[in-house]
Formats: sequence, structure tokens, C-alpha cells
Amino acid sequence: MSQRHLLALFNDFDGAAAAISELRATSIKGFDIDDLILKSPIEHPEVEAVLGDKPINVQWFTLIGACMGGLLAFFLVASAQANFFAQIKGGKPIVPLPPDFVLTYEMFILGGVFITVLGFLICAGLPAKRSPLYSSKVSEDQIGILVKGDESALTTLKTIFTKHRALEIQEEAGR
Amino acid sequence: MEKDIREDIAWAQINKDVLKSLENPRKLYWIILFIAIAMVGVAVGCEVYQYQTGMGVANKNNSHVWGLYIATFIFWIGMSHSGTLLSAILHLMHADWRKPIYRFAEAMTTFSLMTAGLFVLVHLGRLWQVYYVMPYPSERWVWPNFQSPLVWDMFAIATYLSSSVIFLYVGMIPDLAICRDNIHSGWRKKLYTVMSLGWEGTDRQWRNFRITYLTVACFLIPLAVSVHSIVASDFAMSNMPGWHVTSFPPYFVAGALYSGCAAIITLFVILRYTFKFEEYMTLSIMRKLVRLTFAIAMVWTYLNMIEFASVWYGHDQTAKDQLIFKATGPYAPFFWAMIFFGSILPLMLAFKRFQTHLPILFVVSILLNVGMWLERWMIIAPSFAHGHYPWTWDHDQWPSFVQWGIVFGSFGWFTLLFMVFCKVFPSVSMYEVKEMVYHRTLALKGKSAAKGGH
Repeated sequence: MSQRHLLALFNDFDGAAAAISELRATSIKGFDIDDLILKSPIEHPEVEAVLGDKPINVQWFTLIGACMGGLLAFFLVASAQANFFAQIKGGKPIVPLPPDFVLTYEMFILGGVFITVLGFLICAGLPAKRSPLYSSKVSEDQIGILVKGDESALTTLKTIFTKHRALEIQEEAGR
Repeated sequence: MEKDIREDIAWAQINKDVLKSLENPRKLYWIILFIAIAMVGVAVGCEVYQYQTGMGVANKNNSHVWGLYIATFIFWIGMSHSGTLLSAILHLMHADWRKPIYRFAEAMTTFSLMTAGLFVLVHLGRLWQVYYVMPYPSERWVWPNFQSPLVWDMFAIATYLSSSVIFLYVGMIPDLAICRDNIHSGWRKKLYTVMSLGWEGTDRQWRNFRITYLTVACFLIPLAVSVHSIVASDFAMSNMPGWHVTSFPPYFVAGALYSGCAAIITLFVILRYTFKFEEYMTLSIMRKLVRLTFAIAMVWTYLNMIEFASVWYGHDQTAKDQLIFKATGPYAPFFWAMIFFGSILPLMLAFKRFQTHLPILFVVSILLNVGMWLERWMIIAPSFAHGHYPWTWDHDQWPSFVQWGIVFGSFGWFTLLFMVFCKVFPSVSMYEVKEMVYHRTLALKGKSAAKGGH
């Protein structure tokens, strides 16, 4: 069965959170709660509990990026220093650790920052195409709930949104 | 009590006010821009003259090998630190009063670093061989000395600049989406559409955004500290009298935060008036900023005293002579001006009546930065003028008009970049101000509920 999108706009987080709670509690055929997307102008820690646990994996990118950056820097610098045939070291250590630590530290940070941002883009799905329904009010002062469901589920979804005082409900045109 | 921000300010109004700043600033904006372009013109003229004639026109000589260029390079690097202080350190400390002002402080970080970078090029003179700055072994038989703080500098500043640009950009993505949604045509629309990366404020985007911003902030704090410690090592690791001081790295970091905070006060006053940001850049926030600046000024003064005391009571006679030379020789007026502007003048920031007096703060903040610039000059010039060996002493050297012209123009260059940024990108973070309003409203509701409960 073809699926269509609905976007409900709310005045505040309370209304949106109540609507999500009810959607979660109600079993609606042709609608999966995991397809629900909340859109808001600011971060919404209060609603996160209602949305349920969702994994955040950016920190793994950070760990890998920082370690790779540090290791790469150390080995590049150390391998350049280790070319002792070309450089006269005069009895000093070929690979001096204290100064190399400074460069390793800088590149540890650089790798961490770059790969964290790469991880952010991957995990947040950016750059993204415009979703089927979008309202610029979401970047202003309203909270949006975007859901996807079978034709049969749309009426129930609309009823729940209306019950929780949705300001506006947008519906994707049928195909 | 004054509020950092009004709780009843509508979110839509925040968007409207900030977006308006992208379109019609006060006339002063254009005057500042024009002056900045004229100043850049002076610097470009001097640089072209120096490039075509040779480094001799800078009037640097064999003992004065680092002139105003390196002093100003350190000044601009230092200036960049306050952006990190406001956006990263205060972010981790949940000081939400930073929210309306951190964006321009971050921009300041980026543009001061860009300005600082130019001084390396200007100082090198041979611009066509600038790639030699990059420390990598190559077929040119360049064997970088990885033990030299100058090489560390290149790594540190490149890391700091790229990380700061990324931090500024990532933090701006939700606001760029607001710009995209509200500006309907022209090159700006295209720019915001591309730069906002399709941001729609979904829960998935916010969740990952939050952790990314926090992580990058955590990286930036040690990075900022390391950058100025490394710049300090350029001096402290050498054996020059006046430089070989253990407390130099923290002294440099404190000086950097100090000059940056003073610059934030200056720009706060300018932006508040030029872009009509009175609702967001409030006097209460200014008061907090001034107190922070005062505290850092006192830390800087303390570290200065430590430096003088450790030289005075130490056993290095040359370093002691250098200190006496600074205080009584030809550089004495500048040295005492530095002490006055850096340590005495900020005492007035302790008085409540001055903490929100914008015209006075504007003048004082500029004078504080004059003091901080003098500090950098007083680190460099006297040590070269009165080094270890009497036959290298040169007490009469004075930087040429070319050096002064380029230094003067660098302030125009920074101002130009900064003002263009503020006209093209939102200089107040809209989503963070909304968060600030939202959380304060919640806190108020909580308070009144608690009162009702009793």
C-alpha cells in the first residue's frame, strides 16, 4: 500500500510531546513510530525521553580521528627524523620524544576535529535533500512532527494531532 | 535586577531582528567599512613597496631581526583566544549569557588568526617562496627541525585556524537554515541553501549536532592553550635575555585572553549600535563580560609581577639588566604605558558605574588593547636592542613607516573581514538565543509553580 507523509505543527514542546506519547501508546496499523521525525527550532532535551533511546555514534568518529591524527603525525615526523643519513644528529636522540609529543598532540586534535565533523555529517544525514513536507515555521517558532503512514492510518494520525492542538496539519499529495 | 535577556521575547521576533541586521545596518556600518578599506589600502601600499624594494625598507637590522611584524603577529594570535573562551569554555560551564555574543567572538577568532597569518608572510619578505613555511621533508632538501618551536607554531596555528573555521561553521548551520528559509532570492539565498546543507532541525540532526559541538568545544580549549603556549615557547626556549622565563606560556595565554576580552567589549559596543542589537547584547551581559575581563586583567598583572620578580631575584644578571633597560632605557615610555594600560587602567572596571557605561568601556577596551599590543612589542624590541653582547646593542632602532603602515592596515583588514562577515552571516546566534529564552521561561514557570505550591 502506498505511504504518505503528514506534517503536524505545534505551538510548543508540550503539545508535541503529548502527541508523540499517544502515537507511541496507540497501535496504529500501517504506521511505524520509528518513522516519526521531530523538527524543532532548538534542541529539545525534554522531548528526547518521549522519542525513545536513539544511538549517537559521533564519538566513535572522534576517537578514531584523534588516534589516527596523532599516530599519523608521530610516524610522519619520526620517519622524517629517522632519515639520519641526511641529518647530523650529533649524539642527540634520532627521534626525540618531548618535541614530537607537541606535534602529535596538535595533530591528535586536528584529526579529532576533522573526523568528528565528518562523523556529524554522516550521522546527521547531511547534506540532506528537502523532506517531502517542510514548513519554514519549524526554523522559527513551531515544533513539527513528520510521520509516514499508509492511507488507512492517516485519519487516526490526524485525529491524534488535532486532539493535541496541532496548529496546522500538512498532507503530502497523493500519487 | 537587570536581565541578560527578556523572557517574553518571541522566537519569531529573534529571527526578524537578527535577519534585519543582514539587510539594513545603521550608516555607521558603511563608515566603518570605508575606513577599514582605506586602512587596508595603506597596508597594501606599504607591502607592495616593501616587496618591490626589499626588506631593507622595513628598517630591520642585524640585531632587530624581528620587528613590529612578529609583535603584531603575536597580538593577533592572542586576540583569537577570546572566541574560544566564550564559545568553548563558557559553553562547557553552562554560562548561557554567552549565547548572544559568542558568534561574533568566534568570528573574531577566525579573522584574527587570518590576520596573524599574513604577518608571517609579510615578515618573510619573499612571498614567492612562502611554501617553505610548510615543514615537510622534500626534494628541495628541506629538513625541518621538528624540535624548533617555530615549526610547532606552524602546526599549531594551522590546526587552530582550521578548527576554528570548522567550529564557527558547524555552530552556524541551524542559523544558516533560518536564513535560507527567510531570504527568498538572490545570491544570498543560494549561499545559505548550499551552506545550510539541507538542515531541517530534525531530532536526528539536533542529537548529533549537540554532541559534535560539545566535542569540538572540548578539543578547542586545550588547543587554544597549546597554541599560545607554543607561541610563548618561540621566546622562552631561546636564551635571549628577557625571554628565557618559565612563566611565559601561562603569561602569554592570560595576555591572549585579556586582549581578546577587551576586543570583544569593543566589538560588542560597535555591533550593538550598528546592527540595533540592544535587545540581545544587553547591559547585563556587558557587565558580566567586563567582570571577566577585569579578572583576567588581574591574572595577567599577577603573572607580569611573577615574571619581574623571578628575574629580579634570580641569578641571571643579563636578564636583570634587560629588565632595568626596559624600565629606564629608550623603551621606558612604552614599557610604563603597557603597565598603565594593562594593569592600572583595568582597575576602573571593578567599579559598577563603569561596567555598563558603553562610551567609556569602548575607549577603555581600545586602550587595554593598546596596552596589550605594547606588551608584545616590549617583549620583542628591548631584547633585541639590549641582548647578551654589547657589540650587538642597538638602542636607537625605530621601525620604519613601512612597518607601522602594515601594522596599521592590519587593523583595517581585520575590521573589513569582520564587518563583511556580520553583514553576510548572522552575528547573533538565533537558535541559541531562543534556547536561552526558552530555558529562562521554564525556570520562571518553575519558580512561580513552586511559589503557588506554598
